[in-house]
Order: sequence, then C-alpha cells, then structure tokens
Amino acid sequence: MIAANPIVTARNSDDNYLTAGKGIKSWVFTLDHKRIGVMYLVGIVLSFFLGGIMALLVRAELFTPGKLFLTEDKYNEIFTLHGAIMTFLFLIPSIPAVLGNFFLPMMLGAKDVAFPRMNLVSFHLWVFGAIFFLAALLFGGLDTGWTFYTPYSTTTNSTVIAATMGVFILGFSSIFTGLNFVVTINTMRPAGMTWFRLPLFLWSLYATSIIQLLATPVLGITMILLTAEKMLGIGVFDPKLGGDPVLYQHFFWFYSHPAVYIMILPAMGVISELISVFSRKPIFGYRFVAFSSIAIALLGFLVWGHHMFVSSQSAMAAVIFSALTFSVSIPSAIKVFNWLATMYKGAIRLDTPMCYALSFILLFGIGGLTGLFLGALSTDVHLHDTYFVVAHFHYVMMGGTLIAFFAGLHYWWPKMFGRMYSERWAKVACLLIFVGFNWTFFPQFLLGTQGMPRRYARYEEQFQSLHRVSTTGAMVLGVGLFASAGVLGHSLVRGRKAPANPWGAATLEWQTTSPPPLHNFKHVPTVSYPYDYTDLVYEGESSGYVRRPAMPLKRDVPEVKEPALV
Amino acid sequence: MLFPSYSNILLAGIFDPFFPPPSSTTATSVDNLFYFILWVSVFFFAIIVGVMGLFLVRYRQRSGIQPQPSPSHNNLLEIGWSVLPGLILAVIFFWGFTDFLDMRRAPDNAYEIQVVAKKWNWSFKYPNGHVDNNLHVPVDKPVRLVMSSDDVIHSLYVPAFRLKMDVVPGRYTSTWFEATTTGDFVLFCAEYCGTQHSSMLAKVVVHPSGEFEPWLENAANFLEDLTPAEGGKILYTRRGCVQCHSVVENAAPMTGPTFYGSFGTSQTLADGSSIIVDENYIRESILEPQAKVRAGYKPVMPTYQGQLKNEEIDALIAFIKSLSGEETAQ
Repeated sequence: MIAANPIVTARNSDDNYLTAGKGIKSWVFTLDHKRIGVMYLVGIVLSFFLGGIMALLVRAELFTPGKLFLTEDKYNEIFTLHGAIMTFLFLIPSIPAVLGNFFLPMMLGAKDVAFPRMNLVSFHLWVFGAIFFLAALLFGGLDTGWTFYTPYSTTTNSTVIAATMGVFILGFSSIFTGLNFVVTINTMRPAGMTWFRLPLFLWSLYATSIIQLLATPVLGITMILLTAEKMLGIGVFDPKLGGDPVLYQHFFWFYSHPAVYIMILPAMGVISELISVFSRKPIFGYRFVAFSSIAIALLGFLVWGHHMFVSSQSAMAAVIFSALTFSVSIPSAIKVFNWLATMYKGAIRLDTPMCYALSFILLFGIGGLTGLFLGALSTDVHLHDTYFVVAHFHYVMMGGTLIAFFAGLHYWWPKMFGRMYSERWAKVACLLIFVGFNWTFFPQFLLGTQGMPRRYARYEEQFQSLHRVSTTGAMVLGVGLFASAGVLGHSLVRGRKAPANPWGAATLEWQTTSPPPLHNFKHVPTVSYPYDYTDLVYEGESSGYVRRPAMPLKRDVPEVKEPALV
Repeated sequence: MLFPSYSNILLAGIFDPFFPPPSSTTATSVDNLFYFILWVSVFFFAIIVGVMGLFLVRYRQRSGIQPQPSPSHNNLLEIGWSVLPGLILAVIFFWGFTDFLDMRRAPDNAYEIQVVAKKWNWSFKYPNGHVDNNLHVPVDKPVRLVMSSDDVIHSLYVPAFRLKMDVVPGRYTSTWFEATTTGDFVLFCAEYCGTQHSSMLAKVVVHPSGEFEPWLENAANFLEDLTPAEGGKILYTRRGCVQCHSVVENAAPMTGPTFYGSFGTSQTLADGSSIIVDENYIRESILEPQAKVRAGYKPVMPTYQGQLKNEEIDALIAFIKSLSGEETAQ
C-alpha cells in the first residue's frame, strides 16, 4: 500500500461532488451515494418541517380543555398526520438514508455503495411513496392514528387504502437501503478493516439493515391485508366476517416494534462515534458496544406484545412479553455505561456535536428508564394509552433519534458541505432544543400518571395547567429547531471553509477533502483502528487535524507525490 | 363540568404529584411498584448525570493536557454492569407479573355487570336488566365487568382504580375491581375510536354499603313513576343520545341532527329523497340507523336493536315530540 501523504490529502479542493455535475438531471438521476444522501436530507427536512407544524397545531389546540380552533375531526386528522409523517417519512429513513448513505461507503474507504442504481431507486421510491402518502393524508382526511388499528381503519371513510399503499412503497425504499448496506459492509471493507475494526456507526447500520430486511416485508403484507380487507371484505380482521381485529395489532407491532430499533440503533451508532472523538479516547468496550447492537436487533423481534398488555391477548402471552421486554433493556444500558466510561481520562471538547451527544445520553436515559414502568405489567395497565406513553416515546424517538440525527448532522456537516457553522449560535440552538424538549414532554409524564388518555381532542379541566406548561415548552422547542436550521443554512452562505478533519476524528471519511471529490478519495485512505487518536495533531493553518506520520520522517527527504486514484 | 367530584379528587391529589388517590384493592400495590421503579430510575439517572458531570469537569480539554491512558475495556466491570441491573429488572418484572395476575383473576363471588361500548358511549347492564350509562357499584365488593363492543375497539379506563381493559368487537373481554372508597370517579375510553373519542366518558358511582341494592331497584323501574316524555329525557342522557344530538334551539352542530323542533318536519335524506320525521321514522332510526340517513350527516350511528325495550323507545319518541311542543297521550 502506498503511504498517503497527509499534507496533500488534507488540502481542500474545489473539484468536489457538489460541483461535479450541473443541472437538475445531474441530481435526480445521479448514482453518487453522496448526492442521494443530500437529496434524502432535503426530503427528510421538509417532512420534519411538515410534521413539526402539525405538532405545534396539536399542542396549540391543547392549550385549552375545550375547543380553541380545531374541531374534533380536524384534531384527529392532525395528530394522525403528525405521527404518520414523523414515523414513516422522518424517523425511519432519517439517519440511515441521509448519514448512512453519505458516510457508509466513505467510512469503508469505498467509492460508492454496492448497488448504486438500487440506491437511486430507493430514493425515487421514497419520493413516490411520500407524495402518495402525503396526498392521501392531506386530501383524504386520514383519521386513524399512525397505527391504522382495525376495525376502526376498515370502517372509517377516510383514505386508508391510499395511505397504506404509500406505507407499502416507503417500505420497499427502506428494504432496498437495508439490502444495499448489508452487501456493502459484507463485501466492500478495505484490506485491514476486520469486523472489529469497523466503526461502530457501521455496526449499528448493519444491525439496522438486518431489521429492515426481516421486518419491513411483514409491514408490507399487513398493509396488503388491510387493503384487501377494506376493498374486498376478505374477513381477516373484521369480527363481523369471522376475523380477529386484535390479529392486526400483532402484525402491526411485529414490524413496528423492531421499527423502533430501526430508528434508535443508528442513533446509538452516531453517539458511539461522537463520544469517542470528542473525548479523544478509544471507545470503551468496543466489542460490548458492537454486540449490543446485534443483541438489540435480535431481541427487538421478540417483544412486540408489550404494546398489547390490555388488548385481550392471553395473560400468559403478556407475562412472556414482559419478561422479554426487560431483557432488551440491558444492551441499551450497556451502551450508556460504555459511553460514560469512554469519557474517563479523556480530553473532552464541548463542540456542538458533543453537546447534542450528551443531550442524547440524558434524554435517552430518561426515555429508557421510563420504559421500565411500561414493561412492568401491573403499572402498564394504568399507564397504557395515557400521556405517560406519549412522553416516553417522545423521549426515545425525539430525545433519542432526532437529537442523534442533529448530533450527526452537526458533526458531518463540514464534510458534507465544506463549511463550518457558527459554534456559538449552534450551541445556543442546542440549549434551546434541550430545554424546550424537557419543558414540553416532562409534564406529560405527570399528565399520564394522573390519568390523561392520549389522542384526546378535549380534556377535563384539572389537566389544564400541565397541558399549558407543555404547550409553552413546545413553542420554545420550535424556536430552537428553527434557530438550528438557521445556523446551518447560514453556514452554507457565510460559513468559513471547512478543513478536511475539523474534529480530529480517525475514521476514513475525514482523510479526504471537505466536501469530498466525486469518487470520495483522491488517495487510498490509510486504514487503522477507527478510535486511535494518538497520531492526529492540530494544525493551526487549516484549523483542522492532520495525521502525524507514524514514523519520524527525515525533514530533508523530498515528499513523493503519489498518483491520484481516479 | 360533567364530573365535578373528580376535580375534587385531583385537588386532594396535589400531595401526590403522580396519582389520584388509590380507590381499589389493587391500586396501592401498583402505586408502590411505580414508586419502586421511580427510585431505581432516579438512582441510575443520578449516577449517569453525576459521572457525566464529574468527567466533564475533570477531563475537560485544556491546553497542554493530553488524554491519559486507561484500559480500553474491562470484562469484569462490563459484565458487572450488565448483570446487576438485570437482577433489579428481575425484581420489577416479578412484582409486576404477580400483581397483574391478581388483577386478571376475578374472585369467584364477584358481582357481574355486562358492559357494551359503542361510538361514543358506554352502557352497563345489571343482573336485573337495568341498563345505565354510568357504572354504579357497591363499595368493598368485587365487581366483574364482562365487556364487548358494537363497533370498533374501545378501552375501559378508571384511573382511580388503576384499571384498564380493551373492549373488542366480536369477543368478550373481562376485568374486575373492588372499590374501597365511596364517591364518584371518572371513566375514560382509552383506545382511539374516532370523532368523539375524547368525550366517551362515564361516571363510576361507588355506593356506600347497603345503598347499592335499593338504588338498583329504583333505577330499574324509573319509567313507572314518570310521564313518557320525562322518562325519555332521562333515557336521552343515560343511553348516550346526548353525545350526538342536541335538544336546544340554535345548538352548535353535532355529529347527529338536533332533536329540537324536528318532530313533524320534512327532511332531506342523503340519497336526495325526503321523509317526514314521525313516530315510525324515529323508531326505525333507533333500530336501523343506516336505513335513512339525513343529508349532511355521516352514517355513524350504532344500532340500538335489542338494547332498548319497546316502552323505552316509546318514551324517547315522546321526549322528541315534546321538543316540538307536541303532547303525547298517556
């Protein structure tokens, strides 16, 4: 292998993937995983914006116990829109499709994913599915909740069929991405990158992809059955035709519980990278962290029944699902302890991505611990379908996945777009989001224990003060999110040029220029342990890190320019 | 407010930020498990925050200070922090599991009440045939609810009893409780069921000992002492018509057409034809609501076939007539 010249590889270049082609076609039909990642980013941010507006409308209506400005029907449609958009269009694709697409090949030192065309098809399917889904939701007045429970969904007038077809198409987009990632990681690791030298983000994406491959087809089948039930009355779910409405819940959660891990595993992968980089320490207990991802992916398939403790499934089934549910909490706890241990004796830098990563540990910690109340059978009977559950899954999904997505986005932003954002304002936005988030969702735990059921357009007066606190917090959270978008947007126009390696990370994507050239690397990157920071030194001139040559070089030896790869 | 006494209960609950006062035999143990998990969570969360804070202060990057070497892993430590929380989890699981079995298994001598849920009201049928839209029970006596739904899935939820069970069409589900406190408690629908899900509430009335049986006897015969229109007015509230039909002039639009002044009028149907609102139309609409749906309304009314006696239907017709100033012969 040719020794890479650190000085040369660290230089920026104007010849990058963003400028490599011009015109709309060069984007829409690109096979470049980076451009596909950027297009996913745009789509996902738009979805998040839409879902966020819906969330603010819901919170605003709940400012008063009676009607403020939404009829009950409109309220039901809007909370359905919020949940469905956030789950299917934002949370599931967020980290894998944006950060995974962009950085999985780069972390392997590869030019692209294994099947670039399939990758593009996956994006086109996502766009197609999203348009289908949104049209059904916006024009059809879907009011089933994102869960489509039968027999409500088979008897309501709204456009359930179109929406489920949208979910079906989105499912294929997800399967294609998963398949691509599995094959890429299996076949395209460079020489020297054994499984246990794989960055942990890739372990988590691998575990995620397995779930996408195995669970998503079940969702597809469920949606087909639901459509057939509604159109043809085949009687799988409808009790009037001898069907079983609770069977639908089994099918649905058999996908949707593993889907929770599709959302959280990549988030954990991002955090594993960030805690190590910003502590300047190798990740503590690499193998435990890596295997816990796989354990979560596998155990995640066995716990779906914990959504159904009071659904009339047998007491025996409920007991088994409760026991299995507790077993899945252990690998999550292992990760949290390992992240903390990684910080021990480090040199911790509180840059924006690290601030988000630490927020993640706290919020995900609360989300995970409150899961214990719901996994235990007798307490779940009281808390099921109340605001306690709402608060719990927002701590996991928003405090977890969304915060990790933001952490990763701020971490990789300089690499993706070649610009640095304002550290100060990004931190202000991070603080606003953290405070606003807790302000919004912590009161909802109390609402839940006091007995406030979820999906209520109107509520009893005694719940009003907590609802008001929550709504006020939501506005703060909204301001924080807009501020954060503003900071990143501003950097594209005014940000200073990013060095190749602004954070001093040791994974391969930082060995190329920011933004990367079309084929990612101009020189073969040097593979080493992904968490070894000893050779990375700060270089004031570019305000980034460069790799110190492993062996002391004689100063008078002329540096050899190596031939470019492409 | 519909449930003034419930707000009193919550006011008293200021001292407990989490729960309304436990009012059933199983509630206290549920609360105790909740507090046990809460303290376990607080303990672990304090460790996370404490360790994070300590490391942030001690190992914050400063100029001239390099990361110090430390082990990259430690099997004993890692196995330890996997197994020890595992033991606590086993305790939580076992506690929740044993209480859950108690909550699922009704005592043999339990008093049985049939529950029917439909969009968007509850009806409770007592052994003597009386049907009520509020749940009346005696104190200190186990009560078993045998439940079914006429349309979609609902869920019966009484926070004060820490009691919840889904009500599913096409099968019977059951649950039980023993109230320990007299008074009124709120009962919610906890499974999303459409437009008026958030108004699908009922009251649980726990009678002092000795007062339940007299109440039940009186309640079952209430039509005897009233004029049909007065009886119909009670049925209108009790059997859930009130959820969707208004009875006053210029009321805000509701899910179903108003009863006010409707008797004897000519109305357009969804298919464009028109009918006169007379005794036959009202009777048919109660028993077969989808047969002739008024224009501008969704066909969502559930049937009352087999759930209202003839004299009750007559009383409801008399009540609707009275809202148009019509008199009914006794």
